[in-house]
Amino acid sequence: MVLQATWFFIWGLLWALFFMTDGFDFGVGTLYPFLGKSDEDKRKMINSLGPLWDGNEVWLITAGGVTFAAFPLVYAVMFSSLYTALMLILFALILRGVSFEFRGKVDHPLWRKVWDTCIFIGSFVPALLFGVAFGNIFQGVPINQEGIFQGNLFTLLNPYGILGGLLFVALFLVHGALWIAIKTDGDLHDRAAATANRLWPVLLGIIVVFLIATAVFTPLYANYLAYPVLFLVPLVAVAALLGVKYFLTKKAYFKAWFASAATIVFCTFFGVVGLFPNLFPSSIDPAYSLTAFNASSSPLTLRIMLIVVILFIPIVLVYQVWAYVMFSKKLTEEDLSLEEAY
Amino acid sequence: MDVVLLSRLQFAAATMFHFLFVPLTLGLSVIIAVMETRYVQTGDETYLRMTKFWGKLFLINFALGVVTGITLEFQFGTNWSRYSAYVGDIFGSLLAIEATVAFFLESTFIGIWIFGWKKLSKKTHAAVMWVVALAGNLSAMWILTANGWMQHPVGYVIRNGRAELSDFGAVITNKFALLELAHMIPAALLLGAFFVMGISAYHLLKKQHVDVSTRSFNMALVFGLVASLAVAATGDMHGVHVAEVQPAKLAAMEAHWETQTQAPIVLFAIPDEENERNLIEIGKIPYILSFLGYHDINAEVKGLRDFPKDERPPVLITLFSFRTMVALGTLFPLLTIIGLVLRKRLMENPWYLWIMVFAIPLPYVAIEMGWVLAEVGRQPWIVYGLLKTADAASPVASSQVLTSLIGFILVYGLLGMVGFYLMFKNAVKGPEPADA
Ligand code: HDD
Ligand code: HEM
Ligand code: HEM
Repeated sequence: MVLQATWFFIWGLLWALFFMTDGFDFGVGTLYPFLGKSDEDKRKMINSLGPLWDGNEVWLITAGGVTFAAFPLVYAVMFSSLYTALMLILFALILRGVSFEFRGKVDHPLWRKVWDTCIFIGSFVPALLFGVAFGNIFQGVPINQEGIFQGNLFTLLNPYGILGGLLFVALFLVHGALWIAIKTDGDLHDRAAATANRLWPVLLGIIVVFLIATAVFTPLYANYLAYPVLFLVPLVAVAALLGVKYFLTKKAYFKAWFASAATIVFCTFFGVVGLFPNLFPSSIDPAYSLTAFNASSSPLTLRIMLIVVILFIPIVLVYQVWAYVMFSKKLTEEDLSLEEAY
Repeated sequence: MDVVLLSRLQFAAATMFHFLFVPLTLGLSVIIAVMETRYVQTGDETYLRMTKFWGKLFLINFALGVVTGITLEFQFGTNWSRYSAYVGDIFGSLLAIEATVAFFLESTFIGIWIFGWKKLSKKTHAAVMWVVALAGNLSAMWILTANGWMQHPVGYVIRNGRAELSDFGAVITNKFALLELAHMIPAALLLGAFFVMGISAYHLLKKQHVDVSTRSFNMALVFGLVASLAVAATGDMHGVHVAEVQPAKLAAMEAHWETQTQAPIVLFAIPDEENERNLIEIGKIPYILSFLGYHDINAEVKGLRDFPKDERPPVLITLFSFRTMVALGTLFPLLTIIGLVLRKRLMENPWYLWIMVFAIPLPYVAIEMGWVLAEVGRQPWIVYGLLKTADAASPVASSQVLTSLIGFILVYGLLGMVGFYLMFKNAVKGPEPADA
């Protein structure tokens, strides 16, 4: 029981870390055509992600891998149910990854235009669809007794699912705009900061609507009403969001980015806590839902994996923080003139 | 078309495409790490130019390796959900460990390597490349442990209608997986070496970038020689183990129908699976199959007829892929030994250099054929002896899989063309000239 519950929260934590890290990559990629006025702006934007995006993406691979390892049945049912949505995400991620590498390799405007478009698609589509997917998970998905999905891609595009998508896009846009503000100076920096300021009230609005809609469309608040102390989680999320605004007005972009990271993590945890112990709830009959207790691996596997995670995730965090510290300084001419730069 | 067939096609296309890039990542990363280390040790700028030139090709390849890997990680869930539910307890944890201990290292450190030239000391920068190389090979170790388990499951019990872990130690010391690793790592190094030698040979033929090319060629030659011998040696050991634990695969590899002692080998055959015989057999040599399979000329080798019809792998593909791999496996040591003899007079032997240019694709062919042998030869099992491929697919609509398969073919086709065009363009352009 305890072991399975622990794994449930590790599962949530890994997704949260993925959204927190790759989230700003998605945000920057989505803002890219709008903020990148000149080729130099564009290069600055993708080089601001250059050293980090790949390591960030591994949080997705790990979240997926851990779902497979700890909750094989969830991995099987969730990913086959969300087949088309997940395929779209994967293709988008492929385009994004190669676009960074390919874009600068041929000096021709049309070539760049193609990869510019791919960067936008490859960032916007995953941001939106991850939100849609999680929105649907919060509200329950039509799976039957055998775990077979009774719907299609359009089943997922219901109002609450779409709201989830908008929420993720808005979270990542603010996160990404702040990152550009941190990494650049001059005109691009000013525009990024202004964008963050302009998007902030939009994000606030979406979050408020989302919190209310959650009460209408999902059973997520049941856990909160049973243990009111849990309301701290959404409260911290909202506090962090206010922090974003506070630091923005003080032009403390790094702190604002941290606050935005905290907003993302606590928003994710708001859903994860409400979901517990469900991992993939059925909207047909709660008895068909996959939970931490009926879909987990054997205790032996859970114990071995726990050791692996406790040992290695801190190590990963140490060297990733090292990389972040090394690459959080403003981009210089020298950085952009590197032969290997994007 | 049915979901199983479409899913198999899609998985085959996706893994084989992923594996166009993986071995170069594994092999070339080590070679580049050595080049950069030599630069740090000697301060010789030529080594730096070598590091930068091969590094650029490496990075294009690496990007394609990364993006094609992600789809694989999720395909077990999307397309093989019954398989995933059945084996997740063991197989899933190996994939998760791979990501946690290897992918993070590899992906974070490659970013540091690319963008850290001016931010790190020379020594640290070279050390970062070593981390990338080791992490890549570490990831190979874990994924091959996962694959080895499908080939030869160990350390499990069947409980709750699935395979559950009973002995983790047995899983990570699975002989099948260790042999795959022992065969795969030198195969990747071999491919990396032939890649470097082939492109260097091209520049030597054009009499350009002579310093970088000569030195790269000679360095790669050492790797190529050692690796080509190691690949053959471990391949032989691998064959013996396959004979022991997957006798049906061995019989299919050899189109061997009749159980017999002192079994012969045929150099080439066209099997007729309907009538359980070979249409054509060329070059039959007695004793050899018994010897290769069991290192004993009198050993009995079980023939395909003694396996139920529904437990036989496709014979033609298995046989053909094995023949191709082994034929190339005997060619590579020859080419490297000639290279060793000629290494002081490379420029005077354009015929050899041309051969090496055209040899670039050959290790790719050998590696792909090796995987086809391993995976097709395992059929009809997805987990050998436990679960059939036909029972493993997801309950999704075949139209969905058909759509995604078409998507894969289009996206990968385009990526492949662009990727190889860029590699080609940069390879032909050669290293940056030395600063005047
Ligand atoms: C023998 C080695 C080997 C084999 C058999 C496979 N891979 Fe692979 N994979 C690698 C060796 C590798 C690598 C060398 O580590 C790569 C290539 C380029 C790279 O960045 O890492 C990689 C990349 C890579 C990535 C991206 C990692 C990142 O973002 O850094 C994923 C998710 C996978 N692979 C997953 C798989 C799966 C699920 C496979 C099974 C079907 C598979 N690979 C076969
Ligand atoms: C990267 C090198 C690999 C290549 C080129 C490769 C190739 C193939 C091919 C050609 C097939 C189709 C066989 C058939 O259906 O007849 C296949 C199937 C499959 N392989 Fe691999 N494979 C590789 C690695 C792996 C690894 C490392 C794993 C697991 C960790 C794996 C798991 C599977 C599974 C689950 C299937 C689908 C079911 C099946 O058809 O048996 N493969 N692979
Ligand atoms: C020289 C003689 C060689 C022999 C006797 C040999 C033998 C074998 C055998 C028996 C397998 C069995 C795989 C299985 O059923 O799982 C195999 C697989 C494989 N071979 Fe070879 N091989 C040779 C050369 C090569 C070369 C030159 C390459 C590539 C450069 C190569 C690449 C592979 C790969 C990638 C696999 C699949 C992965 C694995 O099982 O290790 N082999 N080989």
